[in-house]
Amino acid sequence: MRVYFELNGKPQYVEVKPGESLLALLRRLGMKSVKEGCGMGECGTCTVLLEGKPVRSCLTFAPKVQGKRVTTVEGLGSVNDPHPLQRAFVEAGAVQCGFCTPGMILTAYALLEENPDPTPQEVREYLVGNLCRCTGYKKIVDAVLLAAQWKREGQWR
Amino acid sequence: MAVILGRARAVVGQNVPKVDGIPLATGQPKFTLDLDFPGALVGKILYSPHAHAEILAIDTSEAERVPGVACILHYGNVPRVPYTTAGQGWPEPSPYDTVLFDRKVRYVGDRVAAVAAETEEAALEALQKIRVEYRILPAVFTIDEALAPGAPIIHDEPDAQGIYDPQRNIAAAVDIPIGDLARGFAESDVIVEETCEIPYSQHCALEPHCVLAYFDEDGRLVLRTSTQVPFHVRRIVSRVLGIPLSRIRVVKPRIGGGFGSKQEVILEPVAAALALRTGRPVRMALTREEVLVSTRTRHPYRVRVKLGAKRDGTLHALEMEALGNTGAYGAHAGTVLYNVGSKSLPLYNKARHLRFHGKAVYTNLPVAGAYRGYGATQAFFALEVAMDELAEKLGMDPLELRLKNHIREGESSPIFEKLGEGREGKAQIIRSCKLAEALRIGAERIGWYEKRRNPRREGPWAYGVGLACAMQGSGITGIDMAAATLLMNEDGSFRLLVGATDLGTGSDTVLAQIAAEALGVPVEKVLVYSSDTDFTPFDTGAYASSTTYVSGNAVLRAAEEVKRQILEVAAEMLEEPVEGLVLERERVVSRRTGRSVSLAEVGHRATYVANQRQIGATASFACPESPPPFAAFFCEVAVDTETGVVRVERFVVVADCGQPIHPKLAEGQLEGAVVQGIGHALYEELLFSERGSCVNRSFFDYRIPTALDVPEIEAILVPSEEPTGPFGAKSIAEVGINGPLPAISNAIYHAVGVRLTRAPFTPERVLAALKAKGR
Ligand code: FES
Ligand code: FES
Repeated sequence: MRVYFELNGKPQYVEVKPGESLLALLRRLGMKSVKEGCGMGECGTCTVLLEGKPVRSCLTFAPKVQGKRVTTVEGLGSVNDPHPLQRAFVEAGAVQCGFCTPGMILTAYALLEENPDPTPQEVREYLVGNLCRCTGYKKIVDAVLLAAQWKREGQWR
Repeated sequence: MAVILGRARAVVGQNVPKVDGIPLATGQPKFTLDLDFPGALVGKILYSPHAHAEILAIDTSEAERVPGVACILHYGNVPRVPYTTAGQGWPEPSPYDTVLFDRKVRYVGDRVAAVAAETEEAALEALQKIRVEYRILPAVFTIDEALAPGAPIIHDEPDAQGIYDPQRNIAAAVDIPIGDLARGFAESDVIVEETCEIPYSQHCALEPHCVLAYFDEDGRLVLRTSTQVPFHVRRIVSRVLGIPLSRIRVVKPRIGGGFGSKQEVILEPVAAALALRTGRPVRMALTREEVLVSTRTRHPYRVRVKLGAKRDGTLHALEMEALGNTGAYGAHAGTVLYNVGSKSLPLYNKARHLRFHGKAVYTNLPVAGAYRGYGATQAFFALEVAMDELAEKLGMDPLELRLKNHIREGESSPIFEKLGEGREGKAQIIRSCKLAEALRIGAERIGWYEKRRNPRREGPWAYGVGLACAMQGSGITGIDMAAATLLMNEDGSFRLLVGATDLGTGSDTVLAQIAAEALGVPVEKVLVYSSDTDFTPFDTGAYASSTTYVSGNAVLRAAEEVKRQILEVAAEMLEEPVEGLVLERERVVSRRTGRSVSLAEVGHRATYVANQRQIGATASFACPESPPPFAAFFCEVAVDTETGVVRVERFVVVADCGQPIHPKLAEGQLEGAVVQGIGHALYEELLFSERGSCVNRSFFDYRIPTALDVPEIEAILVPSEEPTGPFGAKSIAEVGINGPLPAISNAIYHAVGVRLTRAPFTPERVLAALKAKGR
């Protein structure tokens, strides 16, 4: 079956295999930032934004994106032009192995859209579905608070 | 909340951007499976459903007829070469008790066969159609069952090597007496004894184990793999498959966490065998369930500690008995066992009479392996709970008891010499130790004295504070060796090639900083390429807290040699003797005249102009001693006396890792390790059915801490100057995981007066302990 959707601002018209997950589809389309840590909706490494809201792409059937907007971390910024939120993660020391990072960043992005001035506790509550085994979460929370400050100061896009 | 007091330098001690930070944050395809390999076969493994069974027959005829199946491997069609999956240096200390596929299976999750097929669906269908006829054997699931007379023998194969006593299921054993223990206890005024137990738990790196095996244009086998030990992978695969080492290249791209689980060579020989048999690229990726069931775990241990002390609190006699479960195979069995003693007992070197003894025992449960802390975590749980009890019995503050007994700069412990890596060790003295200061800072941050005196109570919630100390090592004395190659480019930048393996820890950044500091250049001028057995020099790998110290020293040596060559070229250019020149801020400056040349000019001249040469050097460092990092842990817990729920309210960890090269990365290591330790203390345990089958096979059932389960960890670094370390550095990666178990147990005792000695401290266990105490 063919599905039409918008991926990181660009239209996509692709053949989807029966039963294919959004995770598999996106990786097939080259979006390797979308990681499979569990494949069962329990780790958050496969998080992408669907119409701006975080979803677990491993649990989302590919056809569900028909006519919708999908954002992966590749869509926020690039190596030579990273998004401020991506810079904040590096500056705060929130990236260790980096396997959880794309999902964390997208979830944090959605949080800051909803709430530009979250408390540390609110950040933790919002990120509860995204596991990280490396950092102990402290520097991830720091990164989101730093990014929130930058956003309020107008350093955003 | 870091207090950085180390020496200010241009690059070392600075929080430079992590060299792979932006690529990772922007989702660049840097991980093993991010490389698409058109035409790659999918490799899948068939696992044993039985804990202990003999395979009478395997019939693959139906499976072979599944369209798309290219190859099926099992005991009947691969060579039998006993080896160990433990990725350690040669000679390998772990027993050779594993083969690629055996006639016997020894745990639920043991591998029986492997399939390579065009698609995952075809591979899975083929797995289902392999008919295996088993003869089920009696199985043993606990240390006591395995040691009981008449217990089934798990390793009865005649070709296994290096097992301590296969007839009694003992993989490894140790007994080291120092002094006269009986006299020591007889002379002690106060004696306490405690036994603590750690269950099966798992690393849970978020990236599951995976590997790509393919052939390059010259027909050589390439393994792109998520590993901590590329050079050991090369050696082990070469031996197991009987292909020359020179025909194998192992590449480690970015990897999604390891913590010891990827110090095991599990998938690589299977993928390589499938690729060799089919002549096709093969891709293997485990599911989370497969990781939980079939890979590696922490060694469950029961550790008994008996302490004898003088009235003034000076330890006089110390006995530690360690009984470990290594599961079905002995990967790291002996070395973890030795480390239980060698990484803990030197901390309290005042005890004159010592005995460390123990065994690592086979059972029909999953295979234990290397896990951050590596025996020390198990040891410090028991040791630090026992110290808490001793303090109580002496009527002494637990902090004062630590201060009275811990090892100091200039001191040694006989343990260093007696206990090494599964064999004898090497004497060493402590050249840097800021544990006393760490204890003081931690006590102040948590409000120790005030909170000890006045424990709080709010409704059902009782509050308490507890502390613990710990140490680790920095590399393995006499075994670890790392090398680095540093080459100057014509524009004055450098390429740093290291075998060292960054598994997310930031070691590429730390090593670049060491080179940059020595060369007087900003870190951006050092391009790091790591962990590729074709292009980088040898390194034993990322384990035993070795990289900053061992690999870092190799980098420093290479940088010093390169600096010497740079000065030589600059001396020709400035027409002055080398002695009068200094290298700083990317220029070589004459002290006498102030004239200078830039590194770009030096690089250009050496490359193209005169006396042409490649400025560059390869240097190695073999670990002559293993300076321990030290840490003090303080936590405040709240215990719900009605439900048994324990909440960690605050956690402060203060560590001496020498001079932190990158303070933020060092803090990150501590914070992450402490949270894993909190997982050990409160949540994590692999559970098994009566038939030995793992029950909690997903993150839903095997819970690791989320952002809401843990407080903000306060990590504080107390720099010391380790004279043998690169710019004074020691290790930091492991020590942080050793403290949470005892610190939390001790805090619970302070809050509600019950000792939790079996991890994890679940509400049920806490409630049961409270009931037993009669509340
Ligand atoms: S891979 Fe989707 S939640 Fe883990
Ligand atoms: S940085 Fe490794 S899992 Fe989060």
